[in-house]
Amino acid sequence: MSTTSQVADTNGTTAARGGKPSKVGGAAQWADERLGLAGLAKKNLRKVFPDHWSFMLGEIALWSFVILLITGVFLTFWFNPSMGEIEYQGSYAPLRGSYISEAFNSSLTISFDVRGGLLLRQMHHWAAMLFIASMLVHMMRVFFTGAHRKPREINWLIGVMLLVLGTLEGFTGYSLPDDLLSGTGVRAADGFVKSIPVVGTYGSFLLFGDEFPGTDIIPRLYIIHVLLIPGLLLGLIAAHMLLLVYHKHTQWPGPGRTEKNVVGFPMLPVYAAKAGGFFFIVFGVTAIMGGLMTINPVWMYGPYDPSKVTAGSQPDWYMGWPDGALRIMPGPGFEWHLLGVTLSWNVFVPIILLPTLTIITLLLLPFIESWITGDKREHHLLQRPRDAPTRTAFMVALMTMYGLFWIAGGNDIIAIRFDLSINQITYILRVMVFLGPIIAFIVTRRWCISLQRHDREKVLHGYESGILERSPEGAYSERHQPLPAGDTFTITQRDGDEVYTLESEKDANGVQAPGTRGQRLRARLSAWYAGSNVQPLTPAEIEEAQHHGDHGHDGHEIESSDGRDNELSKTD
Amino acid sequence: MAGLLVLLLGLALTGTAYAAFAPAGQAEQAVADQELIDEGRELFLVGCAFCHGQNGEGVLDVRGNQLGPSLVGVGAAAVDFQVGTGRMPMVQPGQQNPSKNVAYDEQETEALAAYVAALGPGPGIPDEETYSSDYLDDLSDEERDAAINRGQQIFLTNCTACHNFNGAGGAMPRGGYAPDLKGVSEKHIYEAMQTGPSQMDVFSDGNIPPENKREVIAFLNTLDEEPAYGGFTLGGLGPVSEGLFAWLIGIGSLVGFAVWIAAHTTRTKKGKAQA
Ligand code: HEC
Ligand code: HEC
Ligand code: HEM
Repeated sequence: MSTTSQVADTNGTTAARGGKPSKVGGAAQWADERLGLAGLAKKNLRKVFPDHWSFMLGEIALWSFVILLITGVFLTFWFNPSMGEIEYQGSYAPLRGSYISEAFNSSLTISFDVRGGLLLRQMHHWAAMLFIASMLVHMMRVFFTGAHRKPREINWLIGVMLLVLGTLEGFTGYSLPDDLLSGTGVRAADGFVKSIPVVGTYGSFLLFGDEFPGTDIIPRLYIIHVLLIPGLLLGLIAAHMLLLVYHKHTQWPGPGRTEKNVVGFPMLPVYAAKAGGFFFIVFGVTAIMGGLMTINPVWMYGPYDPSKVTAGSQPDWYMGWPDGALRIMPGPGFEWHLLGVTLSWNVFVPIILLPTLTIITLLLLPFIESWITGDKREHHLLQRPRDAPTRTAFMVALMTMYGLFWIAGGNDIIAIRFDLSINQITYILRVMVFLGPIIAFIVTRRWCISLQRHDREKVLHGYESGILERSPEGAYSERHQPLPAGDTFTITQRDGDEVYTLESEKDANGVQAPGTRGQRLRARLSAWYAGSNVQPLTPAEIEEAQHHGDHGHDGHEIESSDGRDNELSKTD
Repeated sequence: MAGLLVLLLGLALTGTAYAAFAPAGQAEQAVADQELIDEGRELFLVGCAFCHGQNGEGVLDVRGNQLGPSLVGVGAAAVDFQVGTGRMPMVQPGQQNPSKNVAYDEQETEALAAYVAALGPGPGIPDEETYSSDYLDDLSDEERDAAINRGQQIFLTNCTACHNFNGAGGAMPRGGYAPDLKGVSEKHIYEAMQTGPSQMDVFSDGNIPPENKREVIAFLNTLDEEPAYGGFTLGGLGPVSEGLFAWLIGIGSLVGFAVWIAAHTTRTKKGKAQA
């Protein structure tokens, strides 16, 4: 089946019209004559989307954002972002009679005295976790498959900003209920701000309007949480989707798929049904989690009080990795006292500098890559992770580092759950956060290259059929069967790597050309980046292999049990 | 050995002298006490002296590490707690000395406690009405709420830093931990506060008065009895377990659904997508 036949074959701007319009049709025509939506709709509703599970990860993020909007608006009906003191008189007996903030009071009211309130609060929180987690997974998919390459760099930038804003949104939300954990988090944030050299103290007073905690922070976080960041997120998500439609979705290589077309299903009815259905699935999963699994039981933490703290005070998971870095950062020697000023590098480096550098690195990744490879082509076909070994290995190294910092962030819980010493976990992680990513990088790169070689083998010599044959001489061998043409095509369709090379190192007079230093670095990086990769087979090579396969009995020898070396007679 | 003899002689002399001069009723009581102490001493010499010394003075090993600390002045409450939760006799030195099956019956525990109490004054075993939260039944609803509320406040101020908001426990340095408080008897909670086992602080009566200790116990009972309002508690360990479940259950199932949806196309022929 030629799948391209599913694409609309006209892109006219006016919709085709039938004979006599029905009532509904008449109304639609009335509207169309005034709004001109039909043309737009026809074009976009027939937009084609390729189908692959990994293309739906971003959708999880989109739908959980929608759920956050719905549940968040519900919460605003009762939530009161005030730090004013009030005596709790609600249904939760152990806290009755205590003096707590209005914010905490209203969180308790939502939890215990609003019908469905606790469900919605828990759904909101679970959805927040799923939102950020799915963005992260989506980002990994994009990077592993090379979807961030030209022309989609801007969408990558938007994606990273969404991730950062989502994290901030989560942090501000976590701080709103004003329970013990919230307050501990805000207290920590105050310390983080103060650790910034020179401006830290000013920053803290600007943020809190007073010495911590003051009375302004919750109202301020509230407006950031329900207006500022959601507004930015909405705008960025809209831009993200528009660019997606404009660039069209990338697709996996395969027969009939080129850099110039998109093979898949039209928006209506197929893709819309799938995507719409997926919304209900995400909603359902969130509702089940919100209904069955406790999250942030603020009534147990009690109201915030600077004199209290609880074991297991952790941020939500998305803040866990900088928290982990902070936990394993050695203290002594990293706090300086100069001219009456305290410089807390032990706080500043892990919690401010490290995340900032990480975000900048993420933002720059597509540009660094294209600078190294010198690849300025447009790419609409995805790469399999193995076909970009250095990139894949880099992402795996980042993930390893992230995971190790995560472990550090949960060091106390891991210590009690697995009966380990928190000190030893800390010492080991101090080394592993540097060593682990390097090991992961080397292993992954080698692994990818081996997979590439395996692919090449398969195309050249066929796949292992599992059929054992015995030759007249008594030798055993496994028959290799040629790959189906489609598979061969899918494997070999990819572009080769471009390796940046210097035009010439010396100018005409044999003198080192000025300004080539950067270029030489680039050439060296480029060679390192792609130099060990297996390049795709040329059509001639494939032709040759197929020819060979047709007649050939191309088997791998298997040593016979008596250890004799069997020479396999080849027919060609 | 000489010290022991002197001690024995001393004990015997004071005992007889006391018996000679004390009024009859008290004398009987004293004899009974003395019997209990003697019995405790026997048990102690067999089961505890190896680490704590024959007179409970503590023992150092060759490297100067404490095999067992001095028990002079730790009081009957400490013994009742340590032996009653199965912590003592310790079987293996280590970072943490967990509670385990109790090795002595009630009467023997009482005897050991009496012996250690006789070594020097210390907190005694609390009476039932000191620690029991049954008194809540006699209170009005309002007073009860107020008592539990105070208990929660005291618990959050003094205990959660180590034991976690849920009493689920937390890590201590070098492999130690503050244990889960679920299922610990009221008496042992009280005694733990009184005596501060291992790395835990002592919460003396000046620090947390007995009636407040009782309120803490009342609050801890509500943790055991309170329904889990939000559903499964996921271990009550806070955001770390929540994050784990968000990834495993949440993202895990959603990615599973995505694979499922993408595998079902409008194609009439099922199977691995070729196009
Ligand atoms: C500095 C940390 C710390 C603080 C604060 C602390 N504890 Fe403990 N607690 C511990 C440790 C460590 C143990 C285990 C001792 C052992 O096993 O020898 C313990 C043991 C206990 C036990 C015995 C549990 C069992 O399984 O038998 C109880 C009961 C207890 N604590 C209650 C409290 C209460 C109530 C408070 C507050 C008034 C409190 N603790 C404060 C560290 C602490
Ligand atoms: C294997 C050595 C060992 C044995 C046997 C042993 N203990 Fe201990 N005991 C210790 C150590 C070590 C500690 C300190 C524990 C800690 O800090 O967690 C201790 C602590 C105690 C304490 C608490 C002291 C305090 O300061 O609160 C009491 C009470 C006690 N032991 C009683 C006993 C009794 C009674 C027995 C006999 C039934 C006994 N021990 C047997 C090693 C031992
Ligand atoms: C990307 C979007 C969002 C994220 C990641 C997010 C995250 C969070 C988190 C983690 C909490 C703490 C929940 C708890 O009590 O356990 C929270 C609370 C809250 N959020 Fe959001 N949220 C988002 C969007 C919104 C929106 C759009 C609104 C409203 C318009 C909103 C309104 C609220 C309110 C009122 C609370 C306090 C409720 C309470 O504590 O009882 N949120 N948010």
